[in-house]
Amino acid sequence: MSWDYASLLPGVIVLSSLLPGVFIFLVREESHTLRTVLNLTGAVAKLILVGLLIYGVWLGQVFETRIAIAPGLTLVLNADALSVLFVTLSTVLWLITTVYAIGYLEHSTNRSRFFGFFSLCVSATVGIALSGNLLTFVIFYEILTLATYPLVAHRGTPEATRGAKIYLAYTLTGGLLLLVGAVWLRTLTGPVDFVEGGILDDLPASLHGQLVVIFGLLLAGLGVKAALVPLHGWLPQSMVAPAPVSSLLHAVAVVKAGAFGIVRVVYDVYGVTLAGELGLLAVLSVLASFTIVYGSILAMTQDGLKKRLAYSTVSQVSYIALGTSLLGPVATVGGLVHLVHQGIMKITLFFCAGNYAETLGVANVSQMDGVGRRMPLTTLAFTIGALGMIGIPPIAGFVSKWYLGLGGVEAGQHWVLVILATSTLLNAGYFLPILYRAWFRPLPASWPKEHHFQTRFETMGALLWPPVITAVFCLLAGLLAAAPFSPLEWARLIAQREYGL
Amino acid sequence: MTDPLVLCIALPLLGAMLVTALPRWAVTLGIVAALSTASAAVALTATVWQHGTLHLMLGGWDAELAIALRADGIATALVLMANLVGLGISVYATGYFHDRIRVRSFWPLWLLLWAALNGLFLAGDLFNLYVMLELLGIAAAALGALTGNRDAVAANLRYLLVGLLGSISYLLGVALLYTAYGTLDLGLLAQGVAASPELYGVNAAAMTLMVAGLALKAALFPLHFWLPPAHANAPAPVSAALSALVVKAAFYLILRLWLDLFWPITDMAVAMLPAMLGAVAVIWGSWRALRAERLKLLAAYSTVAQIGYLFLFLPLLAATPPGPARDDLLAALLLMALTHGFAKAGFFLAAGLVQTNAGHDRIDDLGGTAQRLPATTFAIALSGSALIGLPPSGSFIGKWLLMQGAIATGQWWWVIVVTAGTLLASAYIFRVLSRAFGLEPTPLKFVTDARAEVPALTLALVSVALLGLASGPLWTLLGLGDAGGGA
Repeated sequence: MSWDYASLLPGVIVLSSLLPGVFIFLVREESHTLRTVLNLTGAVAKLILVGLLIYGVWLGQVFETRIAIAPGLTLVLNADALSVLFVTLSTVLWLITTVYAIGYLEHSTNRSRFFGFFSLCVSATVGIALSGNLLTFVIFYEILTLATYPLVAHRGTPEATRGAKIYLAYTLTGGLLLLVGAVWLRTLTGPVDFVEGGILDDLPASLHGQLVVIFGLLLAGLGVKAALVPLHGWLPQSMVAPAPVSSLLHAVAVVKAGAFGIVRVVYDVYGVTLAGELGLLAVLSVLASFTIVYGSILAMTQDGLKKRLAYSTVSQVSYIALGTSLLGPVATVGGLVHLVHQGIMKITLFFCAGNYAETLGVANVSQMDGVGRRMPLTTLAFTIGALGMIGIPPIAGFVSKWYLGLGGVEAGQHWVLVILATSTLLNAGYFLPILYRAWFRPLPASWPKEHHFQTRFETMGALLWPPVITAVFCLLAGLLAAAPFSPLEWARLIAQREYGL
Repeated sequence: MTDPLVLCIALPLLGAMLVTALPRWAVTLGIVAALSTASAAVALTATVWQHGTLHLMLGGWDAELAIALRADGIATALVLMANLVGLGISVYATGYFHDRIRVRSFWPLWLLLWAALNGLFLAGDLFNLYVMLELLGIAAAALGALTGNRDAVAANLRYLLVGLLGSISYLLGVALLYTAYGTLDLGLLAQGVAASPELYGVNAAAMTLMVAGLALKAALFPLHFWLPPAHANAPAPVSAALSALVVKAAFYLILRLWLDLFWPITDMAVAMLPAMLGAVAVIWGSWRALRAERLKLLAAYSTVAQIGYLFLFLPLLAATPPGPARDDLLAALLLMALTHGFAKAGFFLAAGLVQTNAGHDRIDDLGGTAQRLPATTFAIALSGSALIGLPPSGSFIGKWLLMQGAIATGQWWWVIVVTAGTLLASAYIFRVLSRAFGLEPTPLKFVTDARAEVPALTLALVSVALLGLASGPLWTLLGLGDAGGGA
């Protein structure tokens, strides 16, 4: 490897959360300040470095860190437009989630362990985003599994250990299938680098049968984390984790890593044309559409707020897969932009759910009567997130659905509109009753477990401002969708490159 | 006599004599011997790295009579691993044994075992290999019985007898070869075997006897029956040495014979038998580890499984023509052996700490202990990930190349074995790790007993990070060039 700025930056971005993470493990439990300083230093440093990266990529610089593990096996971290999209999302949301988690876990036990693994988790996610070949992707994908396991099990209750066990059983099995697929593909092609437009065009048609099986293995591995039905069983179970972990799992890290991997495999390994010819896109569309509808239906039946949000994630993340599975740049834009939009909307909703639980002890939808009057700012943020999920303009979610629908029409797949309409109705069906209860039902006589913080706001500052900020992001991403550097514009840039326009 | 090749064997031997003569100074002398032996191993690695394979004839006679020593890439890599692990075990042992009698019997035996181990890796002729093998077996059985309780003595007596049986079988094979070719030097014998295909019957009989004897010592399924009780009942530093190093030495010898001596007759069909036994070992060992009630028994069964993986490489090596692909397989085989050495030693050392702290090692009752010892739990977690083969451990790279070789040679069924073994390994490791999460708060400090925890954690870290992320130098050390696999 060489030692100049452009070949170090991606590696340093991964290390900027990894090193503080390692030190946090060694911090004494009661050294609250030191731990907070380490956490925030890592988060802010990463944000600055990613800023430099975006600026460089915009200028057309090539950033690539290469470390030879063994002959023929190279760890490659590089920054193309797609990785920048995911890196930026995870870095920005990590900073906000760190602030939230510091507030959320105040006075609880085992914080050094928690924040250590929290940092490892983000390092792995950023590694996934920056992976330049399939080997690197698999390595970070597995590290992510390992780093999130302790977070899910963190509370140490029997339910937490059980949820973590189920999580692990699903993700490790999936990871292994991914590994077998990756190794198999490598024996056919040599090192599998991610290249815009795919790398498999030159393979003879006699190998196409094998390519279909390999795609099945890769999709099974990635589909577990992306919670494609029927591989989604772990997601509702892992809701036992503390709220910041749920936010991170759903919006940034685990689920997104799976969806991002599907995007990578379809566009940068197989190439969207070849994937279409082999009939793989059709399989993916069917799976994604089924997941979208099925997840929404299950969400309607849940009374636990976090469970309802979990099934909503199952449904919403498949929008990304759906956009990927439709041939045509417009649908690609819709899928990619939803990677960001779903992230900021879902993290807002989970932060709010955490606030209700921490401040009022409210964990179920049926207990939410009148929370809007007790916690107006939190509920306002929740409302923006929920309306965005339904797809009400001008919030971010509308932009995603618009492009997905348009993309479906462009690809001549009109049934996509039916799926989107059904899903929108179902989204409204499970979000609007919550909003109605929160704003229009009378306050109860007392809350299940009310907690008074020494503040003039409705809850502790570290808990209140993160959802408010991300709710503002949801509005801005929708209102300023046409501005330069908006998620939509960036997704357009990626789509142009993938289709060679 | 200052050749690192000689020093690697002479220093621990000298140390063993000194600690026997001056038992009062056993710990100090022992640790000095450990440090100097490990330094000699590092010096040896540096020399082989620069100059390639080393040969040495002791006593100045020619190859038929002299004691031949030889250090090529494979031997050097294993010597380096064994000596670094040995150093870690030695540091750990200074804090582990408190009883004066145990201290005085541990150090001489341990240094003797160390000398035998280095001697075995570096010996260049079949008879010296036999001597070292016997010495290793006797020292190992004596060390294993050090706790003196009934279970340990019974298990290790059995271990001793099994070891003798294995050595005798090996010696019979050696005798056959000596009768046929009149030499014991590995290099000369290899030429002889290659030049006389008409002696196929003798060659095949010798190979069967030698490999079967060694497979017994390497605990290849179904000859593994002696291993779990012997390894699980020994004191922790001894378990670490037995599982990580001693078993590996027997496998090393099989590999040596297979690749250097008997390569003209070890084709695909012959290689299938050990590989199939290896496959059963992977599944059976992992399954028994999953069902084990005690942490050290779990680790011992895991060794049975991990040895199985090494045998899976034999048919792949047979089916791959010389070239980068075969080099990758050989390096992967070594990488898995090295990773297992570091990881299993780290695991056993950490398990020993758990046992001392909790007073037992029943997995189901470990909840509170795991919470009280974060550094130890980390060591178990890290070495556990290496045993599973999760990235970025060395065994991840090893398994990647193993599966790659299996698919490339059309022997896809090994992929299923590796996959199943990996899943079972995850299950047994996380069965332990899930005990680390309970309702009790972790203590205020990360490290509780540095002298014991630092070696365990260091060995685990080497297996999981260093070997996985920087395994390239291994190819260089093996002299395989770095053109392998394309890129």
